[in-house]
Amino acid sequence: MKKKGTNQPSNEADTALRQELVEHFREKRELLRQQWVEQMTTKGLLAGLTREDIENESITIYDTCIVCLETGEYEGAQTYATRMAERGVLRGMTTEQIIGGILTLRDVYGRSLFEWYQQDMERLLAALDIYEPVANKILSIVALAFVEEREKIVRQQQEAIRELSTPVLQVRDQMLILPIIGVIDTHRARQLTEQLLRTIRTNRAKVVVIDITGVPAVDSKVANHLVQTVDASRLMGATVIVTGISPEIAQTLVTLGVDLSKMNTVGDLQGGIEEADQLLGYRAIRIDPASGSNHQEKKVQ
Amino acid sequence: MLVPILKQGDYLIASIQSELSDADLLKLRDDLVRRVSEFRSRGVIVDVTVLDVMDSFATRTLRSMAHMIMLRGAETVIVGIQPEVAFSMVQLGLRLEGVTTALDLEEGLSLLDHKIKGDNGLG
Repeated sequence: MKKKGTNQPSNEADTALRQELVEHFREKRELLRQQWVEQMTTKGLLAGLTREDIENESITIYDTCIVCLETGEYEGAQTYATRMAERGVLRGMTTEQIIGGILTLRDVYGRSLFEWYQQDMERLLAALDIYEPVANKILSIVALAFVEEREKIVRQQQEAIRELSTPVLQVRDQMLILPIIGVIDTHRARQLTEQLLRTIRTNRAKVVVIDITGVPAVDSKVANHLVQTVDASRLMGATVIVTGISPEIAQTLVTLGVDLSKMNTVGDLQGGIEEADQLLGYRAIRIDPASGSNHQEKKVQ
Repeated sequence: MLVPILKQGDYLIASIQSELSDADLLKLRDDLVRRVSEFRSRGVIVDVTVLDVMDSFATRTLRSMAHMIMLRGAETVIVGIQPEVAFSMVQLGLRLEGVTTALDLEEGLSLLDHKIKGDNGLG
């Protein structure tokens, strides 16, 4: 492969040939573009796209590629690829559709070069030397843009799930509940604890009920996280009650030998809230509806 | 940096104003342990709100201080540990076993009131 700058004498010839290629592709634009669209249709890469979309996109992609070849600048391609990836991912296009489409275009260009220069082997090789790096570069730009777009979406969704997954709720003055649902990993445990500690401070909570009914499994790491959360809350002056430990989890914890002696556990969430009520000096009183009062809670003190 | 120790009724309040060196901490401990019986105090509150870091030395000193004060016949409450500090403490495995903690000065005072008057200590 010829490299620009290292091969000075051929530089001028290079530029001339490059220009020739550009002219050639411009001239054959309609023909090659039709070939390209046809091939993609045969391969089923255009599923879900309207006729109009295909026309517009294919013209833009075709021209963008030629600009890259002509100027050696890829900024236009970069911008376009990012936009295309954004739209493509939103519309549910697959990796195969996008990468496959560009690969097909590469083949179409390549074939046309072979046809054009079939009489002159040397010139064909020189043309390929110019054409191939550009084609590869464009392909990698498109692939990267697509992957990056996917990753961006994954990151956004992870963030959303994380935000959703740590609700710390106040049920009474100075009492919080933290229902944990789903798998706890180190990252989530950290976020959970941080959020809980912040809420303890802002709501001036004294008792926290952590309900782990929705946690499918507990290992020594998760148990450790729980112990840490309890300890940290205690440092902030809040008592923690853990509820909803299933028989399986209880077995695991005992088998693992986790030291839960400092942990205050109650069977279910209801029991936990009752225990917390007691600690805070609340007493739930059922009032006869006939008496007309709707105050069910009363602070004893 | 000198830590002011204020007498408030039956209680002593040590309000830390800035980051303390190890020597400052030891001096605070000695002062408090001495003053407890000087003033016949029943409770001691140490406010650590301004501390951004609690290392193992600080934790150990506070813990030993609480135990010493208990031997001199008073209760100790550490108040104002920030969420970030609490979290990094448990991550480092630093515990304040046997030491009462509360959210802030107000909570610490009401906690002491209840403890010393034999209440349940909450609410």
